[in-house]
Amino acid sequence: MSEIPGDLKYAKTHEWVRREDDGRVTIGITDHAQEELGDLVYVEQPELDRELAAAEDMAVVESVKAASDLYSPVTGRVVEVNEALADTPELINSDPYGEGWILRLQPAADADFDALLDSEGYAAVAAAGDD
Amino acid sequence: MNHRTALYPLHIEWGAKVVPFAGWDMPLHYGSQIAEHHAVRRCAGLFDVSHMAVVDISGADARPFLRQLLANDVAKLEHPGQALYSCMLNEAAGIIDDLIAYLRPGGRYRLVMNAGNRAGDLAWLRIRAASFEVRIRARGNLAILALQGPDAEKILIQVLDTPLGVAGAKLAPFHGVWKGEWLIARTGYTGEDGFELILPNAAAVELATDLHDAGVIPVGLGARDTLRLEAALNLHGSDMDESLNPLETGLGWTVAWEPEEREFIGRDALGASREHGAAWRRAGLVLDGPGIPRGGQLVHFVDGSQGVVTSGGFSPTLAKGIALARIPADCAGADTMEIEIRGRRVAAHRIRPPFVARGAGLQGAEVVA
Repeated sequence: MSEIPGDLKYAKTHEWVRREDDGRVTIGITDHAQEELGDLVYVEQPELDRELAAAEDMAVVESVKAASDLYSPVTGRVVEVNEALADTPELINSDPYGEGWILRLQPAADADFDALLDSEGYAAVAAAGDD
Repeated sequence: MNHRTALYPLHIEWGAKVVPFAGWDMPLHYGSQIAEHHAVRRCAGLFDVSHMAVVDISGADARPFLRQLLANDVAKLEHPGQALYSCMLNEAAGIIDDLIAYLRPGGRYRLVMNAGNRAGDLAWLRIRAASFEVRIRARGNLAILALQGPDAEKILIQVLDTPLGVAGAKLAPFHGVWKGEWLIARTGYTGEDGFELILPNAAAVELATDLHDAGVIPVGLGARDTLRLEAALNLHGSDMDESLNPLETGLGWTVAWEPEEREFIGRDALGASREHGAAWRRAGLVLDGPGIPRGGQLVHFVDGSQGVVTSGGFSPTLAKGIALARIPADCAGADTMEIEIRGRRVAAHRIRPPFVARGAGLQGAEVVA
């Protein structure tokens, strides 16, 4: 069973969201998602300062198996991307909630965090995907 | 309900992620596809490929039947166990399937064909056998194990400490040895040294357990695909199909034109293609920029011509994106091009396949001029 930390929020498209003390949010993909994808070999990041609407294409992760789009869980502006993933995309496999984070957003004033799932809600989504 | 191989309980025990493949529940990987890939390049790995179709051909006309059926010539097989790679063509020289034919004792043969083509292949065999005195028997009680990697020979004699194992370890490439229902052949689909063993299900479970106990790591279909891609071995359904002939897919070397009087199926159409020049060529491409090429993506040449990626992926050995592509024959001289990856054009260069052989990368070593 994959790990689903209780202190994070989740999108049903398998991204996790952590609200930092400085108001920014850190986004990554879940342990369940990296397990499903298999070994990750390439990450395509967005340009800094790009404005993303909620559910908009945000980045692409490619595993040995296939390319997968990641979607922005909330509306916001890209303020940082995880540069380490350019050379070591496998960090997403080994530490999806830590060193394998994807990017950081400055959320818009009207960013809707209430639409995100809590860990229990996401656990149900992940379990339903195992068909 | 999908079919399961005799090794299915072992796959579960070994922690496989199981996926449906051609009607079978097969292991995709056992944790890390890349680690499995490296194991085969650096030491050895064990594959269960029992899903592949095993078809035995016997009868007075077995040899003439196969000499007509296959583009390569089974007359080249002189000793039982010897193996021949061949395409099976339709009348238009399109590739119905690729296969390995083994000579069995007593002038019989065994074909090993792609799992996904099983039904179509058998139907074709039966149609084309109508005027021959042959018996076609699809086997269901056999397993196929592949032990592949530089340490495969050492491990084979260590684990299979019998006269058969010793005989197997001495085999030259594309040779095999039979003992009852067992066949050990020095063949594979990885670009490494190694063996394929066809044997009864119960014996296969025992042997696979012994190999695993001896430290051989199991390898799933995921790494099987990246290994064969690095070795530039075509996959039927991706790099070739009934719309392409062997000359268009890098398999001209598998066609036996001599003797001229051998009328194999597709010969006339293939001869015409050879005379007029094939429209397509197979090319091996290495990506120069970031990204991973995938099947179906377009290949752009400076003059506006286009080709298409037939198989692409990440090469764990080269740590780069690589691809097999179908390119217009007119572009065969071009050694640089761009692959269109998700709306972005990324520079690539052409190499003479394979990308990797016997554990070592060959990229850039032989750039096609």
